[in-house]
Amino acid sequence: MPARRHILTLAAGLAGLTLAGPAIAQEKLKVLATFSILGDFVKNVGGDRVEVTTLVGPDSDAHVYAPSPADARKVAEAKVVITNGLGFEGWMSRLIRASGSKVQPIAATKGVKARRAAEAGHGHGEADPHAWQSVANAKLYVANIRDALSAADPAGKATYDANAAAYLTKLDALDRDVKAAVAAIPADRRKIISSHDAFGYFEEAYGIDFIAPQGVSTEAEPSARDVARIITQIKRQKIPAVFLENVTDPRLMNRISQESGARIGGKLYSDALTGDNGDAPTYIDLVRHNIKQIAAALMS
Amino acid sequence: MYDFLIAPFTEFEFMRRALAGTLALALGAGPIGVFLMLRRMSLVGDAMAHAILPGAAIGFLFSGLSLFAMTAGGLIAGCVVALLTGLVARMTELKEDAALATFYLLSLALGVTIVSVKGTNIDLLHVLFGSVLALDDQTLLLIAINATITLVVLALIYRPLVIECVDPGFLRSVSRAGAPAHLAFLGLVVVNLVSGFHALGTLLAVGIMMLPAATGRFWARDITLMTLIAAASGVFSGYVGLLLSFHTGVPSGPAIILVAGALYVLSVLFGKVGGLVTQTLPKRHLEA
Repeated sequence: MPARRHILTLAAGLAGLTLAGPAIAQEKLKVLATFSILGDFVKNVGGDRVEVTTLVGPDSDAHVYAPSPADARKVAEAKVVITNGLGFEGWMSRLIRASGSKVQPIAATKGVKARRAAEAGHGHGEADPHAWQSVANAKLYVANIRDALSAADPAGKATYDANAAAYLTKLDALDRDVKAAVAAIPADRRKIISSHDAFGYFEEAYGIDFIAPQGVSTEAEPSARDVARIITQIKRQKIPAVFLENVTDPRLMNRISQESGARIGGKLYSDALTGDNGDAPTYIDLVRHNIKQIAAALMS
Repeated sequence: MYDFLIAPFTEFEFMRRALAGTLALALGAGPIGVFLMLRRMSLVGDAMAHAILPGAAIGFLFSGLSLFAMTAGGLIAGCVVALLTGLVARMTELKEDAALATFYLLSLALGVTIVSVKGTNIDLLHVLFGSVLALDDQTLLLIAINATITLVVLALIYRPLVIECVDPGFLRSVSRAGAPAHLAFLGLVVVNLVSGFHALGTLLAVGIMMLPAATGRFWARDITLMTLIAAASGVFSGYVGLLLSFHTGVPSGPAIILVAGALYVLSVLFGKVGGLVTQTLPKRHLEA
């Protein structure tokens, strides 16, 4: 036993040395993020020291994601697994078990004040996982990711701290810009309809009312009663704009818009970034794009 | 009463559209279902629905939620499978059911492969489960055109179709219309499933085809009457299903099919022709 422990200590020491040695071409820290927005955060904090893979890529809906064997391999190879938490990735624990990996997933939403999905309509009283829609929460994500990366790769702590600090400054600026844009919209026009109530945190943080024709999950099919209520509500409350989204049925939105007279705003991005050529290849682009669309639709 | 039964449709345009869509759908699909049932092909509708699904999915991948691409994809996939099935069944030892099973499974596997190779897991189910509440002008027009084509073609091939249901040997001895009529009929099945999937989604489209047909079977022995009853019970299911969805908040597609299912269960029990309860009632004696 003692001999074996010595060997282990030696091995660990050697590993530490190789990591610490600046001259040695560095083995990148393999980090797995469950979906594209988290992946973007990890890239910004990790910089060159990490290699990020995501399970649910750009333009894909994490609500209906089904893991494939290739994904189990990605999990098995990862040293750090970052999840959103708050029940967003219901499949994650099973996937980790299936992959045979010993890694403990780290929830980026640690410390976020979770809101109940039920507040936004006919949810199920579970936590609303879409916390990243508030930039203040995104800053918590970044801090959690920074700590997770530093814990897994202590040698890179300084880099991670510096990267995170720079990124947090950018997020602060973003937060201020969004608040300024909202302040410019007349108070009685700060309400829109969107096909997916993923914007609960955005709503709380910036004071724009999002009214959705569906429950929190894209799995629920709207009934005739839901649609009728939405149309009646738009007419009665004179809601100026209806927004489409990149993950749910746009045909239904068109119908509602035509029948209620609300104008169709541009696309809002909620759960997924777009590809590099899209409107929202990064998180900051995503938020800027969304607020620009919202402001444009509500100002006129 | 007016508020409950009529007002939802006068007040909301989407309800009127949904009603018009299901109405047109039921008119075409009901009779088709009756013939499928009489030819002992009741499960063919279901198999065909799976066969058109990949075509529609491929159409969707290439040009998004475009009505044209998805319709064309579905029609092509469905017609190819229908044609191959018909040909193989008539020219080889394989029977129709086995031929269809092989081709629809192949089509399904091919579709799923293409979709996953293409990579985005954007909610295909959401797309393929059409929404009867979101029918736009184009889709409505498509459904109406399909229903019209169905009824006209059905009228043209009605005679050989009926004879083939009853006595295929006789038809073969007097006419060569059997094979073309059969293929045209399979084509109609595909057309109806495609227009059904825009409104109800692939799986439920089969429901509005088969359930009213089975209902019709319990009320009439005459084929013409049977098709009329099938179409009527489909229309009724559409209307009641939409009302149900409007007043109770259940999803509208399934609501329509559930109403059709309830009609079917009632018919199984109380149908004039061979209903379970009806059979046990004492029959009127023939008097000389």
